[in-house]
Amino acid sequence: MRPLALLAAGGEGHPSTNPLLRLTCHAVPPRILQTSAEPAALLPDRFQAWFAARGWSPRAHQLALLEKAREDASALLIAPTGAGKTLAGFLPTLVELSTDAADRKAGGRQSLVCTGRSVQRSGGLHTLYISPLKALAVDIARNLERPIAEMALPIKVETRTGDTPVSRRQRQRRYPPDVLLTTPEQLALLLSSDDAPFLFSSLKRIVLDELHALVTSKRGDLLSLGLARLWRLAPQMRAIGLSATVAEPDQLARFLVPQPDGREAAADIVIAGGAAPPVVEMLDTRERLPWAGHSARHALPEIYELIKANKTTLVFVNTRSQAEMLFQNLWSMNDDGLAIALHHGSLDVAQRRKVEDAMSAGRLRGVVCTSSLDLGVDWGDVDLVVNIGAPKGSSRLMQRIGRANHRLEEASRAVLVPANRFEVLECRVAIDAIAENAQDTPPLRLGALDVLSQHVLGCACGEPFFSDELYGEVRTAAPYANLSRQDFDDVVDFVASGGYALKTYERFARIKQDKEGRWRVANPKVRQSYRLNVGTIVEDDMLKVRLVRGRSTGSGSTGAIARGGRVLGEIEEYFIEGLTAGDTFVFGGEVVRYEALAEDQVYVSRANDKDPKVPSYMGGKFPLSTYLAERVRRLLDDGRAWGGLPEQVRDWLSLQKDVSRVPGVRELLVETFPRGNKQYLICYPFEGRLAHQTLGMLLTRRLERMRARPLGFVANEYAVAIWGLGDASFMIRDGRLDLNELFAPDMLGDDLEAWLAESALMKRTFRNCALISGLIERRFTDEDKSRRQVLFSTDLVYDVLRKHQADHVLLRAARADAATGLLDLRRLSDMLMRIQGRITHRELDHVSPLAVPVMLEIGRESVYGEAADELLAEAADELVKEAMG
Amino acid sequence: MTAGALVSGDVEHMRVSRVTISDVTFAADLSGALFWEEQRLLVVSDLHLEKGSSFATRGVLLPPYDTIATLDRLAAVISRHNPRIVIALGDSFHDRTAHERLSAEDRDAVAALQTGRDWIWISGNHDPMLPRDLGGTIADEVAIGPITFRHEPTGAPGEVAGHLHPKARVSARGRSMERRCFVSDGMRAVMPAFGAYAGGLSIRDAAFARIFPKNGFVAHLLGDRRVHAIAASRCY
Repeated sequence: MRPLALLAAGGEGHPSTNPLLRLTCHAVPPRILQTSAEPAALLPDRFQAWFAARGWSPRAHQLALLEKAREDASALLIAPTGAGKTLAGFLPTLVELSTDAADRKAGGRQSLVCTGRSVQRSGGLHTLYISPLKALAVDIARNLERPIAEMALPIKVETRTGDTPVSRRQRQRRYPPDVLLTTPEQLALLLSSDDAPFLFSSLKRIVLDELHALVTSKRGDLLSLGLARLWRLAPQMRAIGLSATVAEPDQLARFLVPQPDGREAAADIVIAGGAAPPVVEMLDTRERLPWAGHSARHALPEIYELIKANKTTLVFVNTRSQAEMLFQNLWSMNDDGLAIALHHGSLDVAQRRKVEDAMSAGRLRGVVCTSSLDLGVDWGDVDLVVNIGAPKGSSRLMQRIGRANHRLEEASRAVLVPANRFEVLECRVAIDAIAENAQDTPPLRLGALDVLSQHVLGCACGEPFFSDELYGEVRTAAPYANLSRQDFDDVVDFVASGGYALKTYERFARIKQDKEGRWRVANPKVRQSYRLNVGTIVEDDMLKVRLVRGRSTGSGSTGAIARGGRVLGEIEEYFIEGLTAGDTFVFGGEVVRYEALAEDQVYVSRANDKDPKVPSYMGGKFPLSTYLAERVRRLLDDGRAWGGLPEQVRDWLSLQKDVSRVPGVRELLVETFPRGNKQYLICYPFEGRLAHQTLGMLLTRRLERMRARPLGFVANEYAVAIWGLGDASFMIRDGRLDLNELFAPDMLGDDLEAWLAESALMKRTFRNCALISGLIERRFTDEDKSRRQVLFSTDLVYDVLRKHQADHVLLRAARADAATGLLDLRRLSDMLMRIQGRITHRELDHVSPLAVPVMLEIGRESVYGEAADELLAEAADELVKEAMG
Repeated sequence: MTAGALVSGDVEHMRVSRVTISDVTFAADLSGALFWEEQRLLVVSDLHLEKGSSFATRGVLLPPYDTIATLDRLAAVISRHNPRIVIALGDSFHDRTAHERLSAEDRDAVAALQTGRDWIWISGNHDPMLPRDLGGTIADEVAIGPITFRHEPTGAPGEVAGHLHPKARVSARGRSMERRCFVSDGMRAVMPAFGAYAGGLSIRDAAFARIFPKNGFVAHLLGDRRVHAIAASRCY
């Protein structure tokens, strides 16, 4: 709990950055302070003495939360990292429990606690704390021990995570601690037990940490449904949400209180102030800026200098493979022997903990990391954040920057390193957005139906429920406030017997209604299966990577490979599926050659290549935010603003203006030109990679129908490039290809439906829904494990269901996901509406400056498109060549 | 690749590719069926009817439309080739009581398919005891000329079998694709599963190495519009 320390205001005291680097520097104005400055009367003597003894004084927002507690109100605290957010969240609990202590001795405070079936009197659970990371829960528990011990408060704090031993979990249900720290999944499990009413009826508070991160995913949906249940079990419970700054705090505040029928209600909002504005700079490299790519290899020496010039630097990249690559490169130039470490989600947990511990102990000079470090444990002494590549969103970037320096009064310092010219534009507008403190967090989700299915099953595992009552309860959760009765009933029907039009499964129902109409689980096996499969995180299938001795000829056979070998780590199955034997890629910090796949093991050998053949950049997890995209378009449109850009980028844009056109804010620029023996059509929607992939897929289908003979396309964050045999320029001139027609929004009708039927992305989306909803089990009981080999593919289920019951609730859930997820349909549809009647075509003799980056992706990025026959024919042609050769 | 094992043809608008087994030429149909032109004999394997309801009995409520989906596809391929004989090469029913769960409509559909032709149910490991009330003849295996049809492959020359549900993965340019396939080396063949919910086993699995010479066989992958013959060494 060190953020409370009052430290000298920073800025001048920092080690200077390398004078060789030219940095453009932009300070940010202070954030708004909006907390009521109540007197310290809110704080009991014991606490005041404790603060004084430490030489601290309570912050305004900490007192504000105490005041809200006194008013019996729920509250959302919005505060930057380093503001003592966690202590603020727990102060009301600590104060209440310390003043209760006297009463408790006299037997004043009583609640019911279940021991098996018998009920006994004891303290009962007072506060529940929910964190997205179990490591964070453990860390917070440790940090709470200090004030509790130093003030000698009679408060028992415990954690409950997947790692908690069964014996302790059982004890916690009988003799709950005062404060329980846990995760959304563990809460769902506790709620599904018979003990839930006894366990939670005494609950006074719930503290939801990193709420901004939780609410953007299906975990947030699950948590909201858990909250709805808690409000019924413990109407006296009040919530405190802790969040970073978000675009719509009012919406987030709704999450914390039960939504009344037909109206909106929200918790009070407390905004902490006083944070020093961050100092964000863009690296104005002395090297030539690359046209494309994401490695930022050109800036390696400069990144190394930054690490060297600072005490501890966090270097954020967007993907695991980028992290691998950067770490490998930094290591190879590390003549000073700096302690640099690597941290990403695929590394072994023990390995990650080692890095984190070394970090806390101040033994590391630099950590190359991914979003695996976006959240979580407070490390204090980071004095610089370097963000490689595009920031993607201003809020995301601000949160990352907040990882530097968790001392409120000191400015966080960050350097953005664009990896290519387009990313310079993105970094530029992100810095401007931060200067304005402009947030672009996504709006609150609409609750997903697959998560609701899981919750309904969980409810049936506990006390039996009436449909009417549960429907009312679910709608108190903000994401489900507008849930229709039809959707709810369909979900219950799905949970019971599959929800099929063909009523053949009634006798196999998982939940059944009793005579009074209450739903309960049909048998204990259902309960067991629910418990094993709770949660909404669907992980990619991972394969173990083993290092073996290589062969000279790569035939793809496993025969010549010596089995065994050292395990390097785990890798996503989908990545390996894209490789052929002999392809090289980076893993575990070195270039390896793919040899073979056998069962769940990937065999690789050491390669001598300096550069891997397969770049393995699968794109970041997140596309460019709509907000930053808009700002990039504005920047392009406003020639006067180009002065703030590096000279190389200015020249590039000026040249584009001369030979073609720089697109306007609402306009869609389309360029066509020949190159080699192919014809190219490039468009620049600036809507992010996911929406562009979908667009490219749909455009290719249309062009095929218009007989423009397209061959393939690539998409990046800014543009889509399609190439083919038909002369698009000529067709447009000739009137045979109408661009307004090509980009007409009705492509989201039949074309989309036809594509969704076979889209691998849609099948993956469906699979996630099938797993989360409980249609298919992810984890098995021991007796079931032997059955695993008879599993089936969800792709086959998707095909059959789509054909025979297209409006099934799971397909509805998958389509809702597709709107915002991997296919980003909503964004695509907004774009198509925006550009209607605003398409400008330029017919060119050759490639334009703006087109160069996306043209360079061809052959480097994997080519999207799902034309199975073309791909298979290509493989078959090789067979013919082999046969003839 | 064994010489002469395979020649791609353009019969039926590329819907089929040719597979030669012990000097008999079959058409490998895009649907996953095998057609012997001279005999007007159609073979389908591993229908796994009622696999969906079989899982439902254990609490996994898969959509109950797999039987109708499988029979629809079977009806389409039968109407295309109008065979004199149909052989269902084993594992036609997913479990021993699957036939009892067939709906009246499904039974009618089966009867309609059998009208005007000989129908042979070959038993498989999933359906060792075949139902007597669903028409057709029941057999463990059938030999016609140099060809023997049986469920589980033994590797004998002239054998057409199922059981293994072969699938193969092919990749190019960083993309990959997995499909059901026929497997053949010119002397014997293993057919893909025909059932809507039938999963697959990679042709790199050791089970195939026991039947076919190492890498000396060809996978005929079922694409979207045609069947593609690809050397097994090119697949994984």
